[in-house]
Amino acid sequence: MFNYQFDWAVVTSGQYAQWLLSGIKVTIELSVVAIVGSFLLGLIIAVMRMSNVRPVRWFAHAYLEFFRNTPLLVQIFFWYFGSYKILPKVVNDWLNTTNFEFSAAVIALTIYTSAFIAEDIRSGVRAIPKEQMEAAQSSGFSYLRSMYYIILPQAVRLTIPTLINQFLNLTKNSSLAMTIGVAELTYQARQVESYTFKGFEAFTAATLVYLALSIIITWMLTLYNKHVLNPLGVR
Amino acid sequence: MISFQGVHKWFKDLHVLNDVNLHVKQGEVFVVCGPSGSGKSTLIRAVNKLEPIQKGHVVVDGYDLSDEKTDINLLRAEIGFVFQQFNLYPHLTVLKNITLAPLKIRKLPKQEAEEQATALLERVGLADKRDAYPAQLSGGQQQRVAIARSLAMKPKIMLFDEPTSALDPEMIGEVLQVMQGLAHTGMTLMVVTHEMGFAREVADRVVFMDYGVILEEATPEEFFRNPRHERAQLFLKEILSPMH
Repeated sequence: MFNYQFDWAVVTSGQYAQWLLSGIKVTIELSVVAIVGSFLLGLIIAVMRMSNVRPVRWFAHAYLEFFRNTPLLVQIFFWYFGSYKILPKVVNDWLNTTNFEFSAAVIALTIYTSAFIAEDIRSGVRAIPKEQMEAAQSSGFSYLRSMYYIILPQAVRLTIPTLINQFLNLTKNSSLAMTIGVAELTYQARQVESYTFKGFEAFTAATLVYLALSIIITWMLTLYNKHVLNPLGVR
Repeated sequence: MISFQGVHKWFKDLHVLNDVNLHVKQGEVFVVCGPSGSGKSTLIRAVNKLEPIQKGHVVVDGYDLSDEKTDINLLRAEIGFVFQQFNLYPHLTVLKNITLAPLKIRKLPKQEAEEQATALLERVGLADKRDAYPAQLSGGQQQRVAIARSLAMKPKIMLFDEPTSALDPEMIGEVLQVMQGLAHTGMTLMVVTHEMGFAREVADRVVFMDYGVILEEATPEEFFRNPRHERAQLFLKEILSPMH
């Protein structure tokens, strides 16, 4: 029953290894851009969600419900196949100068993940004593500047473990970008399999790379939190 | 400098400020005392609009807080506020706690802000703690940093909301001494406190309130020697000799 001939050389050297490498590069690019984007967007949506201005709060609430409760794959298809029909011409023109598959995947991953991150950050903000906001405002900081300088830096520290989770999800979810032709890792592994029929080797390699990426992300953020953000282990 | 004109505030059915009329003059040390729940914290928090009022006017340095044209953030920068629980920023060092507002609001150059913070830390006796985090300090030290943080904005008025109530007894003195030093600089101070020693020695005027009403307003000598209102007599008896 085990008469399958393993051929690891397929994925460790030669042209197919090059494919996988280029896939890894695209996966990293996609993940890094979307991680940064979803974090920043998540911060903004979280602050909007807590705004005193009702329409702003409602918009953020609708955004959260909409993007958290629809499948990521559908959102990717929407941005890729559907969005250019409603976007303004300037935006389309600009998107066409970029790699559109890549851009659509970045937009979908960023927006989808930002909705989860916004909720995580909001619960982080709620864990900060309200006196911190009072102290900041007493010094003359406006609500938004108090958020920026005092509240969010503390809330993000509290949220790091759940943020790591979201970033890992994002990195793994980036594999869905293959469905619109982004030549990322899963796409390339599939290519290797198609050309060589070495599916076991190709997807084992892809699996190990995702695992390594996840471990590296966790490790980097944990160290960053421990040594830069919170050297004393305060709160 | 601070004027309350027919101020009322309710928390639901509770009438926490009931027709308060007060005038704190420039350079005055004004002490507010009264039992818990009397509304004294609400009163002092109304001065920088941490508690908005529902009726009447609070006028600070000529600006009416209920006037829409008053920029509350600009005004708050001129009013230092010291909290019972210190409320230092736990993610920032002592130095950064002090320099944050001067850098971001006053737009001071970094070097100037840091020199000023260092001088303030010397003044409150904590020059060696500039790179510590709040969690590494005792309560008394944290409160002195909080005072330095407020002073860094060069405020016209300092408000103290029970600044020593959360402190261990042996740390109260160090904070009161800093406040006493401030009183001698001619800054306007409004202080909510149970420290009757401080009131007696440092205050220019003392008010006593209960149930949201100002029951007594007097010089410290009058207030401590001969309180007129029965409630104030009882309060002083309780607080000066709790065992009778």
